[in-house]
Amino acid sequence: MTSALNAKYSFDTFVVGAANRLAVTAGRTVAENPGSAYNPLFIYSGSGLGKTHLLMAVGHAAKKLSPALNIEYLTLDEYVEAFHAAIAAGQGDAFRRRFQNVDVLLVDDVQFLTNRKEMQSELLRLTEALQGGGHQIVLTSDRPPPEIADLDERLISRLSGGLVVDIGAPDYETRVAILRRKADERGAKFEPGVLETVAGAESGNVRELMGALNRLVAFQAVNDRSINAETAKQLLGIGTESADRGKPAAREGPGPGARGPGDEFGDFLADVTVTVGKAVEAWRARVGEAVLRWEGEGYRTRRLEALLERDTPAAVDEVITAFTQDVERLKELEAEVAELDPQAAGQSVFRDPERVGEAEEVAAKVRGGAAPPPGPSGAFPLAAYAVGASNEVAVSAARAVLKQPGKKYNPLVLVGKSGLGKTHLLNAIGLELARGKRAVVACLSTQAFVDELIAAIDGDRVDWWRARYRRATALLLDDIHLIAGKERTQEELFNLFNLLHDKERQLVFTAPAHPHTLPGLEERITSRLEGGLVAQLTEPDREVKRAVLERMLGQHNATPDPALVDYLADRPAESVRGLVGELQRVVGAAAAQDGPLTAGLAREVLEGQAPRDSRRSAGFRTSGIVVSSLGGIKSREKVVWDWSDVADRVIEEFR
Amino acid sequence: MSLVNFTTREITCKIVYYGPGRSGKTSNLHYIYGRVPDSRRGRMVSLATQTDRTLFFDFLPIDLGQISGFSTRFQLYTVPGQVYYNATRRLVLQGADGVVFVGDSQARQLDENLESLQNLQSNLLEHGVDIRTIPLVLQYNKQDLPRELILSAADLDDALNFRGVPSFSADALHGKGVFETLKGISELVLKKLAAGTAA
Repeated sequence: MTSALNAKYSFDTFVVGAANRLAVTAGRTVAENPGSAYNPLFIYSGSGLGKTHLLMAVGHAAKKLSPALNIEYLTLDEYVEAFHAAIAAGQGDAFRRRFQNVDVLLVDDVQFLTNRKEMQSELLRLTEALQGGGHQIVLTSDRPPPEIADLDERLISRLSGGLVVDIGAPDYETRVAILRRKADERGAKFEPGVLETVAGAESGNVRELMGALNRLVAFQAVNDRSINAETAKQLLGIGTESADRGKPAAREGPGPGARGPGDEFGDFLADVTVTVGKAVEAWRARVGEAVLRWEGEGYRTRRLEALLERDTPAAVDEVITAFTQDVERLKELEAEVAELDPQAAGQSVFRDPERVGEAEEVAAKVRGGAAPPPGPSGAFPLAAYAVGASNEVAVSAARAVLKQPGKKYNPLVLVGKSGLGKTHLLNAIGLELARGKRAVVACLSTQAFVDELIAAIDGDRVDWWRARYRRATALLLDDIHLIAGKERTQEELFNLFNLLHDKERQLVFTAPAHPHTLPGLEERITSRLEGGLVAQLTEPDREVKRAVLERMLGQHNATPDPALVDYLADRPAESVRGLVGELQRVVGAAAAQDGPLTAGLAREVLEGQAPRDSRRSAGFRTSGIVVSSLGGIKSREKVVWDWSDVADRVIEEFR
Repeated sequence: MSLVNFTTREITCKIVYYGPGRSGKTSNLHYIYGRVPDSRRGRMVSLATQTDRTLFFDFLPIDLGQISGFSTRFQLYTVPGQVYYNATRRLVLQGADGVVFVGDSQARQLDENLESLQNLQSNLLEHGVDIRTIPLVLQYNKQDLPRELILSAADLDDALNFRGVPSFSADALHGKGVFETLKGISELVLKKLAAGTAA
């Protein structure tokens, strides 16, 4: 019953001109801050000027920024129909609840509220509920609220209470811009002057303009020859009167109103048109067009205006090209800054191509000031990761990920018991990914992730926190099961996951068991974790153990005793960390005795014949997972596993 | 006043109808006014005495609409012809893009024509404009009068048009030659654009 948003109708495809700039700006603002900027936003205009396009564009933009938002677009008629159906089915309350839970409600064509008292009060109630809940409502109509006949006073004041903007008929330049864009979209090419002729016809709305364009496209396709301005005029019935007079037709026909009964005036006008066409030099027209275009997009155009003040054309195209490049650079910088620090993006320096240098500086400052998310630890290089049958799948998955980050296995979830090297592999992937150009790899423990969010909530900097992670080219979270029960973190992770996943940025997680078996994780999180590849790490095989032992021993003395390695590798070990712990004990004992590291000593120490060495301490248990602080590889992340989260969770839930 | 403004996309031409008293300047404007569709013309401002003599000046704005993407406007002015209104004439001439000199074809008015032409030259000079550079056309009005009363266009050309500018015979009261004259001056004015008269 709700119409889907038409993907074609986005801000990108909306041609902005003087007549609709305010409405578009308001729409963008609302999409960026639903519920807080202008609520409700009421857009009105005549038919075919882009209300529906703009309305849907708001929906698309809001969805793009926050994929989790619940956005509904529907026409008033659909709303009325749905309401009637719900009432008939005795589901009135469910209907109300459904719409009250919408984050952004887009209602098209509300002028049809006339004579519908019950719908008016329903809409009033809904508007109040949505506003009260901080949800955005955007409405369109063909006239402003006070002019909708029979509209309840309260509804008028309610609808006018946010921002009421109108979209006017496009001016000539906008019409040309629209036609050019639409012709491009259709892949149609026209001779110079044709589109200007169509635009010159002063059609009152964009739909008529499209109709005219479609006729030209069709004609051109059928006849397989390109149309010139004159043919276009004849086809569309523009300027036929003046053509009858046998006067040379101007590039652009004057409006239809120009030819009244006074033939002499029409004649005069035709003459003047030709003269002006000749007199207005092409290069000036080109510059003027560029000025209008960039001014329309909100950029300063002093450089181009200076060009117009010259008597002779001087490197016009070069200047325009350079100017355009500068604007493009500004756009890039602004987009980058917007991602890092949304507040810094609004600066005027990003709108002045004469100040690209300054803009670069501002961007650099923002770049420098924006702390990157925590990166992978350098202590876990991929080269040092021992590979064997027990972790082959995981390592080859990791290599596949490194080869095609974000494309092959996304997300990659490494599961296995504690101490099998998940953290090592995760960080190793992170380190490799971080080698990429412009790579921003966020690699941290889930606990740190949660802590950061809480700090951000506390410091009222959630936006900043989000922006930090949104710019990550890869997100790697260790021990994802620790988000269990933390609803807000799950919510944020969900959004971040979707955003990064959509942009094909790599996601890697570790967990002690298959995601769906983890308690306290929301379905939407587990299903997403399962959506990529879940790679299992099992108990280390002999090969892995030998590799680990040799590396560890290599750090202590240059020549590891083969007998010792064999002995230790043959001992049953549940995890790499356990193995490392055993080795540490032996090394400790050897150090205490100031003797050599031998298999015999190891046997003594590990089979209970030797006194326990003071450096050993017992592992402690948390969450049923053994953690040894004796790991030769000390994991910072692991140590903070066991945190008293009550107070923090109070803050989290309070928020 | 700038003729063409590329940034606002406007072309504004100020054309002044100059000439001795009773030569038919206001008649020119009246005729044009009658031929311009309502939607295209502004109110014609005419400050006239009870006997219909132009006291101050006439002003007729005409909107030609969008031409080549420029919204194009013509502003037509007349000056009072009587000798003693010279200050007004000078004022109206200020910022003119082109001048139509409306001469009276009657033989007995030849001296007035010459005097007015000289007056035009000196008034333009006061504004720092050389009469040889400003777009100028001549109109020999009242060519409908009996032959014995008037000079022919050729005679008038000999007498007045020593600079060889375009000249038009006219009967402004009935409209003959009015638009030809306007077209003539418009063409000259607009062609001057090409010589680079930017914002």
